[in-house]
Amino acid sequence: MNAKPRTLSLKQRGLNFEMLMWIFTRLSALAMYGFFIVGMVGAFWMGARHDMNFADVMRWAFTTSYTHVQSTSVPDLEPWAVWFWRLVASGMVLTATAHGVHGLVVIADDYIISSGGRKFVRFLSMIAMASMSLIGLYVLWTY
Amino acid sequence: MGISRNVSLATALRYKGQGPMLTFILHRIGGMGMAIFIAMHLLASFLGGSVGNFINDIYMSWAFQIIIFFFVMFHAINGLRITILDLWPPLLEYQREAIWVEWAVFIPLYGFAVYSILSAAFGG
Repeated sequence: MNAKPRTLSLKQRGLNFEMLMWIFTRLSALAMYGFFIVGMVGAFWMGARHDMNFADVMRWAFTTSYTHVQSTSVPDLEPWAVWFWRLVASGMVLTATAHGVHGLVVIADDYIISSGGRKFVRFLSMIAMASMSLIGLYVLWTY
Repeated sequence: MGISRNVSLATALRYKGQGPMLTFILHRIGGMGMAIFIAMHLLASFLGGSVGNFINDIYMSWAFQIIIFFFVMFHAINGLRITILDLWPPLLEYQREAIWVEWAVFIPLYGFAVYSILSAAFGG
């Protein structure tokens, strides 16, 4: 076995876009856990113990849109539709879109290796990210 | 430029990557599944009308919920393992043990979610 350390210092590696996105993917995962926990605690605060089952709480915490609790026995949807929950849901949607679109680019890079093809994938990903972020925000704030 | 693959598809499918390979491939399938289905869900809600409602009715069915819950929960739990191991690289030594812990967390949680979905759908 090679006893030499297998990691390079940041200076040797250089700080490029791929490196930044690698750390962004991990940190955004933690951020999404944060949004999820806020949503879950909020659900119990608003009476999920009586009115929702486990899957309902998961679906709500995943994106805190009141449409996600419509099918449950929650008596009053009003507290679930306030601006705070739309804000948490917006944070989740924006983080998830950035995380997910970059994930698709990573997958595409495994199959598309010409530099022109990769540029095209990046171009498509920017369109996808901008349009899905806008559509997501529109849906969350107009429903 | 281009990769020449000296491995046939049949050989690739027999690749014995074991636990880590399985989580890798499930993470990809789950990630792509989420990207496609959540994008469609947002578009359906955006469009509304008969087309949007038709798509969102599919999303509310128990069968679809069981599939999407697998994608989301596996991706989230496996992603947490990847994040923890990558942010504390000495732990990478215990990758296989971490994958066992991951299944021990995922199976009961997902099982409970499936139970909740089915009992809500069939009046349990």
